Amino acid sequence: MLRYILTRLALTIPMLLILLTVVFVILHVLPGDPCLAMLGGRNVGPEDITRCREQLGLNRPLIVQYLAYVGDIARLNFGTSIRTGLPIREELLLRFPATIELALSGMLLATLVGMLTGIYASVHHDQRVDHAIRVLNIVSFSMPVFWIGLMFLIIFAVQLRLLPVGGRLDPLAAVFFTPITNFYTIDSLLRGDVALFLNVLKHLILPAATLALVIGGFIGRMTRSSMLEVLDREYVRTARAKGLWERTVIKRHALTNALIPIVTVIGLQFALLMGGAILTETVYSWPGIARYLLESIDARDFTAIQGTVVFIALFISLVNLLVDILYARIDPRVRF
Amino acid sequence: MRRRLLHNPLLLAGGVIVVLMVAVTLLAPFLSPFDPTEPTDAPRLEAPRPPHYMGTDQLQRDVFSRVLHGGRIPILVALTSVAVSLTTGTLLGWIAGFAGGRVDRVLSLLMDAIYSFPALILAIAIVAVLGPGLVNMTAAIAFVYIPAYFRVARAQVLVIREQEFVEAAQAIGASRTRTLLRHVAPNTLPAVMTVPSFNVADAILTEAALSFLGFGLPPPTPDWGFDIQNGQKFLQSGFWWLITFPGFMIILLAVGFGMIGEGINDLLNPRRRGVG
Repeated sequence: MLRYILTRLALTIPMLLILLTVVFVILHVLPGDPCLAMLGGRNVGPEDITRCREQLGLNRPLIVQYLAYVGDIARLNFGTSIRTGLPIREELLLRFPATIELALSGMLLATLVGMLTGIYASVHHDQRVDHAIRVLNIVSFSMPVFWIGLMFLIIFAVQLRLLPVGGRLDPLAAVFFTPITNFYTIDSLLRGDVALFLNVLKHLILPAATLALVIGGFIGRMTRSSMLEVLDREYVRTARAKGLWERTVIKRHALTNALIPIVTVIGLQFALLMGGAILTETVYSWPGIARYLLESIDARDFTAIQGTVVFIALFISLVNLLVDILYARIDPRVRF
Repeated sequence: MRRRLLHNPLLLAGGVIVVLMVAVTLLAPFLSPFDPTEPTDAPRLEAPRPPHYMGTDQLQRDVFSRVLHGGRIPILVALTSVAVSLTTGTLLGWIAGFAGGRVDRVLSLLMDAIYSFPALILAIAIVAVLGPGLVNMTAAIAFVYIPAYFRVARAQVLVIREQEFVEAAQAIGASRTRTLLRHVAPNTLPAVMTVPSFNVADAILTEAALSFLGFGLPPPTPDWGFDIQNGQKFLQSGFWWLITFPGFMIILLAVGFGMIGEGINDLLNPRRRGVG
């Protein structure tokens, strides 16, 4: 197992380096001058542009810029925000828990709904329910994330007034709240404040449900096909022939074996989830890193844009690494 | 073949939806009761009622006319970007699969890296640097979907070049280029062609997201994603029609292409029908 982890870790590094290079090429080599973009339209002369380029180090040769870029990332230094003057690492770490809290809640919800519908569909293979679920799945991943979010808001927040329009807490509660971990669900429980916890949940439910719809369809689909494949196997027939309850056959014999590809799919959906998070955070004024990226683009804060994209790249690589290790743990056939 | 088509309700339904949507979009100038960019005589933000079947927006424009016109940009951007990623990705896949060795390793690593990154965020980063607009948006979307084609094309080349008829071609002295172009490449196409219809659906959603975030064309050009962003400003006052209708159109179009994709899958893999 240790050897597998080490090999996998060694493979992550070139992959990450290439990904970082792609980001560098996009941000530095593509036509488009960040200084011109940042200062353009304002009353500035060419000397201001030159000064800005010097400040950002854009006047250096590309190769020097690239080495500095990789060196900084290796030391986890993402630079200083032009807009706020704060280190971008701090800005990101402050907002990251919000994104993770949202992403994990969405993932949990999607897994629950996706797996249940997937199992249900596979057990009722080729019956009307199965076809209905299949069509629903197609519809679910054909819906724009931001639109689902807005429709939820119209229905549950504006018309029914059941849930808040956005943010992570009621404004009044937010005044008296000092975060500990910045995971608000955990913080409110740490304080033993049930009302606060419910307040947090109330704010979390719509964004999480929105995000869940993005990947729930994929998980449902994967569960169904994985289950169908397994239900055809001899050991399932044997289990049935032994006279086991259908329930036990499905749960113990089919599902445990069908789970392996499902876990991988859930892990790989994390990239999709991050893309969905950017839209969910926008719609629900959720103060996470995705919204920070958009704010930075609006403010034309070039270092913050680069820092955030690199941060997301690092995070995704880490998640993929963890998924692979988990995969190897549950399926002993996977080894190098 | 025709019987198989008729027995493929997904392909049929998807095809009908897509044809209808494209027709509506193309014929929008003739079908629209009002000019999509000019104010009408109706009050601002009027709820749906004839003659404004989908209400009006804050500039007194007819939402129905805007919705009919709003598909032009998404369809144009999605189809163009998919055509670009299809050709680029497939070509690179052929090269990697056939060349092997270091070329293959580098290209595969590069494509895996791009593939692992959230497509929407990558597209946003590209448009953030290039600036908003039609061409830049198309380029960004095309770029992020190249790996989808690369992977399929490369995997197919690896399978097909081991087959006997390829060996036979080489045995009778066909050159490497000729083997690739005449014998291997054409046989990869059936598998490659299962990708685009799903991909168009994805590209439509990405275009909608980009223009929702303000990276598309400036107003007053009608565009579903952008019109939804505009409607968001009035959401809390309950003006639901500004958001609901453009969203329905995006979903219809994406569902149409998605169904075609599923249908093609069923058609090409009849054994796995309904399993995939």
